[in-house]
Amino acid sequence: MELITPGIGLLFWMLLAFSVVLLILKKFAWKPILNALRDRENSIEQALRSADKAREQMAKMQADNEKILAEARLERDKLIKEAREMKDQIISDARQKAIEEGNKMIDAARQAIQHERAAAIEQIREMVTNLSVDIAQKLLQKQLEDEKGQKELIDKVLSQTKLN
Amino acid sequence: MLIFRRLTILIICFLGITGYTAFSQEASVKDTASTASAGKKGFNAGEFIFEHIGDAYYWHILTLKTSHGDHPIAIPLLVIVYSKTTGLHVFCSSKLEHGNAVYDNFKIAMEGPDKGKVVEIQPDGTTVKPLDISITKNVAALLVSVALMLWIFLTAAKAYKKNPNQAPKGIQSVVEPFIMFIRDDIARPSIGEKRYERYMPYLCTIFFFIWFNNMMGLIPIVPGGANVTGNIAVTMVMALFTFAITTFSGNKHYWREMVDAPGVPWWLKFPLPIMPLVEISGMFTKPFILMIRLFANITAGHIVVLGFFSLIFIFGQMNVALGYAVSPLSVAFVIFIYFLELLVALIQAYVFTLLSALYFGLATTEHH
Repeated sequence: MELITPGIGLLFWMLLAFSVVLLILKKFAWKPILNALRDRENSIEQALRSADKAREQMAKMQADNEKILAEARLERDKLIKEAREMKDQIISDARQKAIEEGNKMIDAARQAIQHERAAAIEQIREMVTNLSVDIAQKLLQKQLEDEKGQKELIDKVLSQTKLN
Repeated sequence: MLIFRRLTILIICFLGITGYTAFSQEASVKDTASTASAGKKGFNAGEFIFEHIGDAYYWHILTLKTSHGDHPIAIPLLVIVYSKTTGLHVFCSSKLEHGNAVYDNFKIAMEGPDKGKVVEIQPDGTTVKPLDISITKNVAALLVSVALMLWIFLTAAKAYKKNPNQAPKGIQSVVEPFIMFIRDDIARPSIGEKRYERYMPYLCTIFFFIWFNNMMGLIPIVPGGANVTGNIAVTMVMALFTFAITTFSGNKHYWREMVDAPGVPWWLKFPLPIMPLVEISGMFTKPFILMIRLFANITAGHIVVLGFFSLIFIFGQMNVALGYAVSPLSVAFVIFIYFLELLVALIQAYVFTLLSALYFGLATTEHH
């Protein structure tokens, strides 16, 4: 019977000791420990989540990089193509221009030559005329040195001239 | 057969080394010697067992049996008594000399209803039991385990504060799995995610309190060996705490179900309130069962261990050789029971904590 009869003394001390332990441990042990555990769990979770995010970002960045690279390659090709076209254009333009310029120069030269020739011909004609006149003068002078000669000529001219 | 014999020899050799047999041998020799020479009263197993699982004013270490009589070697403790007539008395229990002396009109009653307790001798010769709040063996053991608990958990808490967000080290890694277990496998599923945090300090305290005291009780020498959690006063206080917390945290839903249990036919509630009576008595039986379960389990464990030890002395009294023959078997059983008790110490702490958590969960739950 003594075994199942709670003793007042032990009851008192147990109540005291247990309450004190409960209060002290609650304030100074369980609260800090449980908070620390929760904080640690949160931080681990956060770290995992941010690692995941970083991995995702990395993958995204890699994809972006590839995209950018491909774009750059495309751009480069385009640029090269454009440059080539431009080069061809420039060369052909230059050629065209050179031909035109050449033609123009040739034309101008031709015109100048024509002009010069015309002038030269005119001069030559004038000279020939003068010469002819001179020669004729001289010839006439020579032929008309005697009377006989003068009459013959007048006759000849008169014969040739039809009087109507 | 051969294997069995070899096994027996092995066990005997093993026990010889451990010194258990040395102890039992010495004791039984002295026991038989004293019974043979003086024909004193024999070994009383019941008395022996109840002396060990009960409370005492001394922390008993051993009893020397000489030709002049028994000399108990024990740590004296503090006797604190309050008498209605003479007031408060505080003195060392060694003054009472194990019931052989009277100090300041106080003595330990050797018979009667207050047997083993400190009583005050009245002027007319009768004895009266004063209000006794002595530091007995159980109280001392209780204080030792309380000090141990405070030391361990305050150290652990300091470590948690010192290096936050770090992997547990040293004492933390011993304590942490149990706290995590209480949190994730007891409190969370029983009470629910929203409210479990309020009850965690109590659940942790009660779990470790029971476990520490159970384990200390299994250590056969000072500062262990007391039957603290196998004492009804101790389990009663813890059950009262659970009861008080359950009752004070009971919400509207809890009290309504107490009076008007859902899903029960009306004639069980009116005019004769059978169900409400059952529910309300359940409110008290739940902690009562907590109290009895822990007390009975731990006391039973101690009784079984002591019973097996007693066998040695009982047989030794009949015949010395028989005592020797029984001792290895007896000790083998004790070792087996000890391993079982190590498990029981943890399981009972778990059960008490789990059931407390379930009661808190029932008291705080919203609609199902």
